[in-house]
Amino acid sequence: MSEHIVSKKLYFVIFGALMVLTVLTVWVANIDLGSEKLNTVVALAIAVTKAVLVVLYFMHVRYSSRLTWIVVAGGFLWLAIMVGLTMSDYLTRGFLTYPR
Amino acid sequence: MAHAETLDAHDHTAATHHASSNLAHHFDNLEQQREAGSLGMWLFLVTEIMFFGGLFTGYIIYRTQHPQAFAIASSTLDWKLGAINTVVLIVSSLTMALAVYFAQMGSRRMQVVFLVVTMLLGATFLVVKAFEYADKFEHHHFPSTNFVWEDKDIPASVPAEQRETMKFHIQMFYWIYFAMTGLHALHMIIGIGAMMFLIFYAYRGRYTPEYHAPVELTGLYWHFVDIVWIFLFPLLYLLGAHLTHGGGH
Repeated sequence: MSEHIVSKKLYFVIFGALMVLTVLTVWVANIDLGSEKLNTVVALAIAVTKAVLVVLYFMHVRYSSRLTWIVVAGGFLWLAIMVGLTMSDYLTRGFLTYPR
Repeated sequence: MAHAETLDAHDHTAATHHASSNLAHHFDNLEQQREAGSLGMWLFLVTEIMFFGGLFTGYIIYRTQHPQAFAIASSTLDWKLGAINTVVLIVSSLTMALAVYFAQMGSRRMQVVFLVVTMLLGATFLVVKAFEYADKFEHHHFPSTNFVWEDKDIPASVPAEQRETMKFHIQMFYWIYFAMTGLHALHMIIGIGAMMFLIFYAYRGRYTPEYHAPVELTGLYWHFVDIVWIFLFPLLYLLGAHLTHGGGH
């Protein structure tokens, strides 16, 4: 298993996709989708898509070993745990019925 | 990767590759060395994910609690400059990827060209950022005892008794803005420094198709910094775009 070399053409395709997604995120941000939450969800979905493209192709993770995959996925898993557990506290404080 | 091969086979691989001066003695072969390098870089980047992740978590907490203040504060950032910088960084990621490609191909000249272009794009980003920061300092939007938020910059619909606390939360947005973009800019400066070393050694022909780990690993770092900005741009600049006037003052 030698080093996988990503073709120039694929780099340009990914670059094109990133530019299209950037235009899309600016365009969508200027439209009121009815709720700020929906605008945020769309903006984050686009950002995550862009990040995944960069990680898989520019950073060659798609062609990396299983061990690298685990480390990368583990990093994002721990980020999700940090944000998830923190927000599970903040977002549920309103559920309390007794006076604070 | 090394498996439980017979001792003979192991010695054989080591012997055939010992001719390469690029192979550190503690690796069996170049492939193993390359993989260990990128794995190590990824472990570092995972700590970076958590580093920036803490700030993103802070952003999420404050924004969910004070959405209106954040939208108002965000709408005073110049989203056009933010968009320009996003494009600059994405192009720089492409040129970095191409620099790695030409290192893999063994083209010294094209490798140097794309490293220089990447570095210049990084510098362009920082110049734009400097103009943005200067504007914020001028308007007293840098969070400090000198922080000033004009009453007219809060919508008339906000009740009088909430206006002062709202200014406090707007200042919190600017704390987060300067902390996150500042830390990001610091990473850009470090990246540009690393780029200078790469250009020097690439020019001297240090990197070959066989050995170009520094180019590859600096590439990983550069793309990571790009990813951070991919999230910062919509979260800081675009969040109030559909609510209020976009485009700074």
